[in-house]
Amino acid sequence: MPLSVGMSLLIILAVALTTFATRVVPFLIFPKGKEIPDVVQYLGRVLTPAVIGMLVVYCLKTTPVLSAPYGIPEAAAVLVTAGLHVWKRNNLLSIGAGTVLYMFLVQAVF
Amino acid sequence: MRGYRHAFRKAFPYTIPVLTGYLFIGIAFGVMYAEKGYNFLWAMLMSLLVYAGSGQYLAVNFFVPGISFVQVIFMTLMVNVRHIFYGISLLDRFHSMGKKRWYMIFGLTDETYSLLCTTKVPEDVDEEKFLFAISIMNQSYWVIGSVIGSLAGTLIPFNSEGIDFAMTALFVVIFVEQWMDKKNRVPEVIGVAAAFVCLQIFGADNFVLPSMLLIVLLLFVGRTRLERGGEKVCR
Repeated sequence: MPLSVGMSLLIILAVALTTFATRVVPFLIFPKGKEIPDVVQYLGRVLTPAVIGMLVVYCLKTTPVLSAPYGIPEAAAVLVTAGLHVWKRNNLLSIGAGTVLYMFLVQAVF
Repeated sequence: MRGYRHAFRKAFPYTIPVLTGYLFIGIAFGVMYAEKGYNFLWAMLMSLLVYAGSGQYLAVNFFVPGISFVQVIFMTLMVNVRHIFYGISLLDRFHSMGKKRWYMIFGLTDETYSLLCTTKVPEDVDEEKFLFAISIMNQSYWVIGSVIGSLAGTLIPFNSEGIDFAMTALFVVIFVEQWMDKKNRVPEVIGVAAAFVCLQIFGADNFVLPSMLLIVLLLFVGRTRLERGGEKVCR
């Protein structure tokens, strides 16, 4: 261990509290019993699909598209996952097949 | 209304994609932390108290002599800042959960947030217990993964490269599910477009906060249009 036990514990505590702080903010601004303004309720409704869209991009953020393999494994696996899901609507099948395809592509093909 | 056993049994299938993803990214975290000289108890402690994927990956780098707490707090804030927005979609649902809500808030990772907001609670299950079960199970996968990684990560015999795509696939599936409901399409396009544009401008390390701000701005601008026929996505 590069640091003392005490120092290490303090770092974990700092990271834990900071992380919790980011998650608790809306609940402190709008505590239980306080009327939630219309505009915030609206935001709560439309934010989820927007965040899901953002998270898809977030997961793919480091994909190299200008150098080999040009994001081909990612694109293929995303398309297969989405296509299978539109077709069969089976979460585990879509995720499983997409992941296995991706692993195969990055390990054996590219 | 039936009890927790039933809720956990009903919730489990929805969490399987997270199980796969968390086990393996948890293992990767455990390996990285072990390489720094911290054994499985430390990995377990961090996964129990912090519980953040990218946050813990980053945190591994904090354990060096001379690190300052200002730096620790600032960098953690930057990597987790998107979480500030997540609770907005869950205010009412969490407020009705009594003391459990503090754990629910603590457990708001990307994956848990996505499941909580988009999973239809089966009819014969108590909603609160169902949501709580999802959160607890997800964190347990994360803790177990990080302990495995810490103890035996380097011994895992099969080539797991690319398995973390399970997380991407989970979000793609949720994206498609949401897309089926026409009302979600504009927000989804806004999310993808804003994130994509900000990724080009700010780069992979710094684009999340600008993306979230741009998303909120665009959702405000489009409010009148989006609210016409807008349905509750997440109560």
